[in-house]
Parts: sequence; structure tokens; C-alpha cells
Amino acid sequence: MDILRFITAGSVDDGKSTLIGRLLYDSKNILIDQLEAVERASKFKNDGELDLALLTDGLRAEREQGITIDVAYKYFSTPKRKFIIADAPGHVQYTRNMITGASNSDLIIILIDARNGIIEQTKRHSIIASLLNIPNVVVAINKLDLVNYSEDIFNNIKNDYSKMAEQLSLNNVVYIPISALDGDNIVDKSENLNWYDGKTLLDYLESVELENNINLDKARFPVQYVIRPQTEELHDYRGYAGKISSGIYKVGDSVTILPSGTESKISSIEINQQKVEEAFAPQSVILHLEDDVDISRGDLIVKSDDLPKIEQELEVLVCWMGDKPLKSSSKYLIQNNTTQVKVVIKEIDYKLDVNTLEKQEVEQVSLNEIVKLKLKTAKPLAYDSYKDLASNGGIIFIDESSFVTVGAGLIQ
Amino acid sequence: MSKYHLDYLEQLESEAIHIFREVAGQFERPALLFSGGKDSITLVHLALKAFRPGKFPFPLVHIDTGHNFPEVLEFRDQLAEQIGEKLIVRKVEDTIKEKGLREPKGKLPSRNALQTFTLLDTIEEFEFDCCIGGGRRDEEKARAKERIFSVRDDFGQWDPKLQRPELWNTYNGKIHKGEQVRAFPISNWTELDVWNYILKENIQLPSIYFSHEREVLNFDNQFIAMNEFVNLDENDVVTKEKVRYRTVGDMTCTAAVLSEATNLEQVIAEIITTKTSERGETRIDDRTSEAAMEDRKKAGYF
Repeated sequence: MDILRFITAGSVDDGKSTLIGRLLYDSKNILIDQLEAVERASKFKNDGELDLALLTDGLRAEREQGITIDVAYKYFSTPKRKFIIADAPGHVQYTRNMITGASNSDLIIILIDARNGIIEQTKRHSIIASLLNIPNVVVAINKLDLVNYSEDIFNNIKNDYSKMAEQLSLNNVVYIPISALDGDNIVDKSENLNWYDGKTLLDYLESVELENNINLDKARFPVQYVIRPQTEELHDYRGYAGKISSGIYKVGDSVTILPSGTESKISSIEINQQKVEEAFAPQSVILHLEDDVDISRGDLIVKSDDLPKIEQELEVLVCWMGDKPLKSSSKYLIQNNTTQVKVVIKEIDYKLDVNTLEKQEVEQVSLNEIVKLKLKTAKPLAYDSYKDLASNGGIIFIDESSFVTVGAGLIQ
Repeated sequence: MSKYHLDYLEQLESEAIHIFREVAGQFERPALLFSGGKDSITLVHLALKAFRPGKFPFPLVHIDTGHNFPEVLEFRDQLAEQIGEKLIVRKVEDTIKEKGLREPKGKLPSRNALQTFTLLDTIEEFEFDCCIGGGRRDEEKARAKERIFSVRDDFGQWDPKLQRPELWNTYNGKIHKGEQVRAFPISNWTELDVWNYILKENIQLPSIYFSHEREVLNFDNQFIAMNEFVNLDENDVVTKEKVRYRTVGDMTCTAAVLSEATNLEQVIAEIITTKTSERGETRIDDRTSEAAMEDRKKAGYF
């Protein structure tokens, strides 16, 4: 069995929480006590109609306001697959939380209200899906019950979206007409939408091929922790613990330690105290090297025949998540896997207008804006471009005084 | 299927080990909160995989409410001894005396809420900067919102509106002195995943997880083990039933389920067919209000 991680995106009131509630409810993944709690809570709202959105909006403030503030993770399974859903907020104010959920997703469901068509949040979320390289996109055109199940309206939105998807180079886009409220085409085929002969949403989620999002070619191993028991019998034991972020490592492979550039060979690989001949991403392992070299947390062990770039000047696309604006020449910490390094912003190249996709000149960057930056790191950074190898090209920005995560960066 | 493929339990295991090592790599004084329940026993098993042949870079810490099942305490001590790791126990009893706290009253006087005081005192006493816990997002709707690295302020409080964005597998553990992080390696596991993993790895559990005969009080259709803390009324009915536990908390707030399952396979078979969630069936403390867990977490609880 495998795991599909997906996120639901869309604007406030497009019905994301209702869709997830419906998916869980119709696939019989809701337990009685959880349903009873929703029934109890529904009595105070909506004239007693069962409000499935209450299944996911778990915070007091969310239920009070009827909106989703932060990502809720939900789990369900069918005989075919396990699913981890990131139910993300739609409100512009909480876009950073949506990006949090999107960064680990194999698939994104973009909900569009059939009455409104594509709106700014649809574009913003689609841009984020494109930047993060989410491999599969489902455009769920919702609330068709409110537009007489019109095939024309569905087709118009589909055409509009296709143009944008092409512009954004989105991958594997499919379109499904649904009503989350009534359960049309969520788990069961809808009779109201008999003009649609594609899969229901659940059918699609169960069958979509998970293009291996783990790269097995480029070997990258960020060192997390050095294991040194320092006991009598293990006096010389020195193991580098970490999770292989991409690629395959074999005993005898020539490796380079970055950023120092020291070379050595893998002498042994351990998983759970058992020696193995080879290991691959995303396994958590311990590597041993032939030579006694100076390696600590933050170093990257790569195979010598395929090195990443090692530079101090980077170009980065950034989704800004900080309440304080980002300005040119300000300093931050960035973290790439286990490496942290100080950076200074050299230049703000442009801001991406989420409506027109045009590039605009700006002086500073505010919350939820997407910009391209040039920055300089205090020490050489070993990285890959996000497009080539997402697992080694994504960085977070950390505010040096508050320590809050203030940006998501994709190295170009 | 390619030979370079991990099945879902292996994926979850590797993710959890990664989180353990991030805690070890980023914090000065972490701790592993260990109650002797199945989730924290699973954590200990994962920590062995993450750090052996080295020692754990943290002690095991148990906040003992004084209302625990004796079988579980015994198991806790045995496990700590068997793996040769340090176990720190701090007692709610002592905090109650020291701070003059009000003992809970009523039929089932739970000290669950009082645990928070002892936990925060213990964190202060040892200057822990990160506490690893067995919380899972499938347990409860407030837990579903929790980050893997969840930052708490100097008072141990969680602010759900101010959680740090958490991208990819990059965890930001930078905090100021006095603040703490709660880290959850098995966030993405469900109850069934934990049981399947325990079966796959042949992990030993306290006996109360398997069917046994016990005197129980039928309270609002939940079965509470009879013990010295329960205050019986005239109308209460105490019977002998065959039960097991799905979760292990205090005797006063954790209910047993009727069960014939005496081994892991049978337990898993029962869980697959159950119609009730783990917490819904067994935790009395979550029922007090719609946001009981959220409110406890805001105050510093796990």
C-alpha cells in the first residue's frame, strides 16, 4: 500500500472543508462519535442541517468564524490507498499556512465555485502549485447544484483554467464537476451530472499514478547528527546519521563532503544496527566513511560523480510569510535541510502580480507576496535548483530576532 | 514495484527517525515524555532505531499523576532498565502539596488537568528546551492542527494562530531562552498505523492492552476500572467484564472497551471494525466541552 498526500485549496467559502467532510463521510471514514459531535454542533447552525465542514475546523476561533485558520491534517484510507489530507485555509491572510500544507503534497485539489469562476485566490494557489512543482492538479468545479448542473458553465471554467495552466506549466491537470454539499461525484457518480463521463474524485485519488517524487539519481545526504557512543568496545565508532534525501548510496561509493570538499569512501551503511550494502531515499540511515574526516550537522555528503552547485550568490523565488516586510539589504538566516547560514538580500528583482502574472518592480515585499530575489550567503552553500531536485532546493527564511519562519524560498 | 520502494509503515518510520534526529541536532536539552502507553513505547522503539549504538541524547520523563495503572508503571520501569536509559519521574502529588492545588472532586476525580503544572515545573527544573511526545494528529481535532515542531512560549502556552509555517521536511527549532518546542515524531500516524507497526516490529506492551477480566463501573456506557479513587454512589453498578484498553491514561479518565482480543492480530481486527474513535470511546476528559483539548493545550498540556 502507498500513501497519497494531498491538499485542498481555494478561496473562503468555496467549500474545501465541506468537500473533505464529504469525502470522509461518503467513503465511511467517519466514526460514530465524531459524527455525533458534528451533529450536535450543527444543531446550533444551519437550521440543523449536517454541516460536514465542522469535521475539520477544529479550533474554537475557526468554528466561531466559520473559516479555516490553520492547516488541519486528516487521515483516511480505502482498500487501495492511504491518504493524508492537508485541509488548508483559503483566506488570503493565511496563505502561508496553505503553503505549509502544499510543500509536502503529491497532489492539489483546487476548488472553484461554479458561480464565480476563476478568482484571485484560484490564481494565487495555482501559482503556488506551479512554483512548488506539485505533480498532480485536480480542478474541482464545485457548487454545480447552484447553476442547474450546467455543462456549459463547467466547460467555460475548464477552458479558462486550461489557458492559465498552460501559462503556469502545471502538470497532469484534470477537471471534475462536483457538488461537495450534496456529494455529487465525490465518492459516488452523480446522476445530476450525467453529461460527465470521467472519474469521481475518490476514484481519481485512488488511481492517480504517483510519479515517483523521490529522485533516485542524484545522491544527497544531509548530516543530521553524529553518533559517537564513546564506550570501550565502540571507542572508534563514528556514524553520520541522517535521512537520504535523494539517490542511492552503496558501500564503496566515492563521496564528497560539502561545503569543505573533502573526499572519502563509504565504508559501511547501517539501518537499525544492521549492516546493509546499499540504501536509498527516503531511508533514515547511518553512514560510515573510510577516512577520519571532520563532519558535523549541516554538512552534505554527496556522491563525487554528481556534485550540486556550491555558491554564495543565489537567485531565489520567495513566498514571503513574514508580518514585517522584507527589504533590500536586510539580513536573515536561511535553512536548507540541516544547514543554516546567514544571508543578506542584495536585490529584489521583481514581484509577481498574481492576477496578470506580470513582473513588477518593488522596493519591499509584504506578507503573501511572491518575489524573485538575489541574495548572498555568509558561507558557500551546497544546493540544487528546486526545479531539478526539490529536496535540496527549498529553503526557509528565519527572522534573526524573532526566529519565526518568514519565507519559503525556491532556489533557481 | 521497484526494489527502491518503501511501504507506508517504512515511510512513516523513516520520517519519525528523521524528526528524532532533528531534535537531537537542534536542541541542547531535549526530553522524551514517556507514560508507558503504546504511543510512547513506540517512540522509545523509534528512538532506539534513531540513536543506537549510541545512548539517547535525552532522558525519558514521566509525569506521574498518581492515578496510573500499576501494570503500566511496572512496565515503564522495566523498559527503562532494559534499554539502560535514564528515567525521570515527577509526581503530580508533590506539586499538589507544594502549590496547595485543589484536588479534583466528584465521582471520577481526574488529575489530568493538574499534570500541566507538574510538566511545566519539570521543564523548568531541568531546563528542557524540547519535549518529544507521542501526540498524533488523528486523535483529536485540535491535535490535527499541530505542527511537528510546535513552539510554546515561556508559560508553555500554544497559540494556534501563531504557528510557524513548516515546509518540506525542514524544521525550524530556533527559540529564545524560556521558550520550548514540543516535537511529535508520529504526528502522521493513525491509531491503526501504530498497532500495525507494533505487530510488525514485535514491540512488547503492558498487559492491560489485551483482554482481561476486571471489575468495572458502567458510567454513561463507558467502563471505568474500579480503583481506590472512584467514589461510588448507591445506584452505581459494578460488574466483572472482559476488557482491554485502547489508550492508557489515568485510571480515572480512561475507559476500557469490552473485548475478547488477547493478541495483537485480534486487537487489530477489532480496531478495523470499530465504529468509534480511540478518544471518543475511551477519554472522558475530552467530553467536557467542544474545545477541551484545545484549551488544555493552550495552557501547556500536550
